[in-house]
Amino acid sequence: MRRVYLDHSATTPVRPEVAELVCKYMTVHFGNASSVYSFGREARKAVENAREQVAAVIGADPAEIIFTSGGTEADNLAIMGVAYANEKKGNHIITTQIEHHAVLDTCHYLEKKGFEVTYLPVDEHGLVSIRDLENSITDKTVLISVMHANNEVGTIQPVADIGRIARGRGVYFHTDAVQTFGKIPVNVKDMNIDLLAVSAHKIYGPKGTGCLYIRKGTKMNNIMFGGGQERKRRPGTENVPGIVGFGQAAEMAAAEMDQQMTYLAKQRDRLIAGIFKSIDHVKLNGHPEKRLPGNVNVSFRFVEGESLLLSLDMKGIAASSGSACTSGSLDPSHVLLAMGIPHEIAHGSLRMTLGRGNTEEDIDYVLEVLPEILNRLRAMSPLYHQEKESKECCQSVH
Amino acid sequence: MYTEKVMDHFTNPRNVGEIDSADGIGEVGNPVCGDIMRISLKIEDNIIKEVKFKTFGCGAAIATSSMVTEMVKGKTIEEALEITNRAVAEALGGLPAQKMHCSNLAADALHKAIEDYQNKRKSA
Repeated sequence: MRRVYLDHSATTPVRPEVAELVCKYMTVHFGNASSVYSFGREARKAVENAREQVAAVIGADPAEIIFTSGGTEADNLAIMGVAYANEKKGNHIITTQIEHHAVLDTCHYLEKKGFEVTYLPVDEHGLVSIRDLENSITDKTVLISVMHANNEVGTIQPVADIGRIARGRGVYFHTDAVQTFGKIPVNVKDMNIDLLAVSAHKIYGPKGTGCLYIRKGTKMNNIMFGGGQERKRRPGTENVPGIVGFGQAAEMAAAEMDQQMTYLAKQRDRLIAGIFKSIDHVKLNGHPEKRLPGNVNVSFRFVEGESLLLSLDMKGIAASSGSACTSGSLDPSHVLLAMGIPHEIAHGSLRMTLGRGNTEEDIDYVLEVLPEILNRLRAMSPLYHQEKESKECCQSVH
Repeated sequence: MYTEKVMDHFTNPRNVGEIDSADGIGEVGNPVCGDIMRISLKIEDNIIKEVKFKTFGCGAAIATSSMVTEMVKGKTIEEALEITNRAVAEALGGLPAQKMHCSNLAADALHKAIEDYQNKRKSA
């Protein structure tokens, strides 16, 4: 059976070149980067090389890159680090209702500690209003945190506009760029970004590694304590293999970014058009244009997301859903709800995120099996009232 | 995550559909929660002769609906009323913990269908 992986926003396969390098820095150049002897110096050199590779992708100075265990730690460090260090100036943070939980839950935690947080709403396409954002800034605001692109619906926020406003008002601007780094252009200088979180495993690098870009001069506290690594911002022995793999993956992603953007957008648009052609009662979630090249997010009426995922999995297709059953809570995706999508439609959402390994044939295969799956599930659904279909279903089941 | 039995009932659900002029119909859940189950019954001489279901919901919701229809066929009304949601889950070899409360409503739908049948008889 054909196997098609369409969950690249969740994670990606590590590139063979990256895996080879990671292995080398586990087995051969295994030294502690802080040691003075040659084993340590080799590791140090590789870490600093990776720092340059990562910095180059976003137009940063290598000294502004702090390696972390991934996107979640980078978001936590950015938000808590800035909030606590600037408490005397103010206790107000602005973010959005559709952030990743690494940002949202950190903000919820800070609320318990006495900070005030504004969670900006989004429109039906998942876009934040610049006017809302401007109006929310007070003299107590110390940080604005708005993700570059949303992980579920792929909507790309106007971060350059947000950065300009934040800089003009003297407020730090953090962006979670986990879904955009190495995938669409990001430049921290042009976009006036002060802090930017990245994860390696979304760009064909290893899991458990990432970084936070911290603009020079940003006033922030540590959230972890220990050794003096990473300019004392992030103590702990460096994950040398992970960092080296991250650097390599970042460089390779940047080198093929333009080509991949075009390719993925083409396959994405084929997939969306094919779905709308062969299946009725479908809704595209997210922005029609300001959208990540590889992101497809659709809601199918009258069916539930987990049933869809199980059915797709039986056909070898891996995807994800914003239904409650897959979110691990009783509510469907907070992102879809914030966009004003009703519960019953959010439950039937399907996210397919494409990657460099997906072929045209993969998309054809999905378009071949998806209508059959929808027919089967809808025939079982008491919400799907079309009599003709329901009769056909009963004949086929018995 | 799911047992083989659950996947079997999800893949090949038994007794899907709706009975024309059913003697009793029961529906539980709502689309906001992401689960709706509707069970229809044909009852003769206190015996459940025919049972069908339609379900909107996750894998567990579909599998429990299918399983309850298998368990109840040919049973008396009294026996059917004794079937619990827990018994349905057990018959499937168990369900993941988080599914026990939200998607395990098939016996409730069955009991509602029987109640509907009994109410109709009373008013007839």
